[in-house]
Amino acid sequence: MWKWLHPYANPEVSYHFTNKLLPWLSVLAAVFLSIGLVWALLFAPADYQQGHSFRIFYIHVPAASLSMGIYFAMAVAAFSSLVWQLKLADASAAAMAPVGASFTAIALITGAAWGKPMWGTWWIWDARLTSELILLFLYLGVIALHNAFEDKNLAGKAAGILTLVGVINIPIIKYSVDWWNTLHQGSTVSKLGKPSMSLDMLWPFIFCFIGFSLLVGVIICLRFRNEILARNSIRPWVRELVKNNSSQ
Amino acid sequence: MTLKAQSTKETENLTDIIDDTFTDDAFAENTIIDSATSQSSSQSLQPLSYRHAFMLVLKRDLTIAMRHKDDIINPLLFFVIVVTLFPLGIGPEAQTLSRIAPGIIWVAALLATLLSLDRLFKSDHHDGSLEQMLLSPHPIFILVLAKIFAHWLITGLPLILIAPLLAVLLHLDEHSYTALLLTLLLGTPVLSLLGAVGVALTVGIKKGGVLLSLLVLPLYIPVLIFATSAIDTAALGLPYSGQLAIIAALFFGSLTLAPFAVGAALKVSTN
Repeated sequence: MWKWLHPYANPEVSYHFTNKLLPWLSVLAAVFLSIGLVWALLFAPADYQQGHSFRIFYIHVPAASLSMGIYFAMAVAAFSSLVWQLKLADASAAAMAPVGASFTAIALITGAAWGKPMWGTWWIWDARLTSELILLFLYLGVIALHNAFEDKNLAGKAAGILTLVGVINIPIIKYSVDWWNTLHQGSTVSKLGKPSMSLDMLWPFIFCFIGFSLLVGVIICLRFRNEILARNSIRPWVRELVKNNSSQ
Repeated sequence: MTLKAQSTKETENLTDIIDDTFTDDAFAENTIIDSATSQSSSQSLQPLSYRHAFMLVLKRDLTIAMRHKDDIINPLLFFVIVVTLFPLGIGPEAQTLSRIAPGIIWVAALLATLLSLDRLFKSDHHDGSLEQMLLSPHPIFILVLAKIFAHWLITGLPLILIAPLLAVLLHLDEHSYTALLLTLLLGTPVLSLLGAVGVALTVGIKKGGVLLSLLVLPLYIPVLIFATSAIDTAALGLPYSGQLAIIAALFFGSLTLAPFAVGAALKVSTN
């Protein structure tokens, strides 16, 4: 596997690989998202209890699970950068952080919008909402630390350490918040029961989920490409690329 | 000074230096570092034991702290003033105050610790002794642990000592005093340990203060939750050993893991 992977440690090879990957990902993301969203918003049956307002679920849940997923992906990148000294892993973590933060924010905002008609309030100190909010703080901390350093290599390493500390803490925070909430106010909030979801609601959700994941892939690829160019701006192959682009 | 009396037992070499009439801080600090490093290099046949290295760093940090007493007093004053502000803002009703007392005391303790964290590595970074420490042959784990322990002795311990007084001011329930002291005793070292990671990451940055709070405060949340809930449970007269056990678990977890993260972060920060 190492033999297969090691060429991608070279920024130039990685750049061209991302270039090749990007159109495929974008097309697939567009297809999945348009099918999933149209199906979910227009054709899926309305919930018998929550009516049409439950449809925000199709954006809210993918955003929430992707916000967690991106943090773990960042932690994997940070770990491989610390252990194997891969500079590109730092670049990919830097590319991922703002995307993850925006998806966390999307999850929070859609959650608030969903909460208003369902629970009668924009915000409730529910365990899941609270841990999502704390996740947003962790993301913002990583991004702020990244911006605080002049030297991008140092910034990547420092943010990597913070990401790893955060990833150890996420389960602890999650369980402590769960526990805090059940102690303080019991089950005043009943969530949408997942197992009881019917199939014609589930299928559009699967499409939406895959679509959003592909969308994340596209955005990260775009940002990763920019990171590579920014970090290698003095290399000859980047200059060549710019010359070719401007002459066309 | 009790410190000096203690040090005579531990190291003769070092006490000779501290004991005499050094009035100049910087000079004294540097000689302590010099003696620590020269000792380790001259004793290549008989290397400094871990305990010895730990004690040297601890003693040095305590000596420096004793010479800048306002570093100890200011976070304490901050702690007291913040707690005083709450009754003024919320109202003097004893019932309300005793309900929110655990939360107020703990949040104020978090902020006071945060305020005092800056001095953990900053001055050492400025005068270059931090680099010397990282270059020394001893494991960073031990040195970092000694510095964090010194920080806790300087900031955490006075906080614990003054907390009962504030609890009286806030009409904390009588049954909760033991719980308050026990949670502070177990919880404040966790704050120092986790905070050290944040300081180590931001020590090389010019304006690290605000950034530090953004990095560190989310990590403090579990301690806050379990500590306040232990105090609340104690007020109801129920057993709170479960919460204490979890805080203890957090303490041992951070005790074993945080110094590694601090070491790695310091290497990044000092480049």
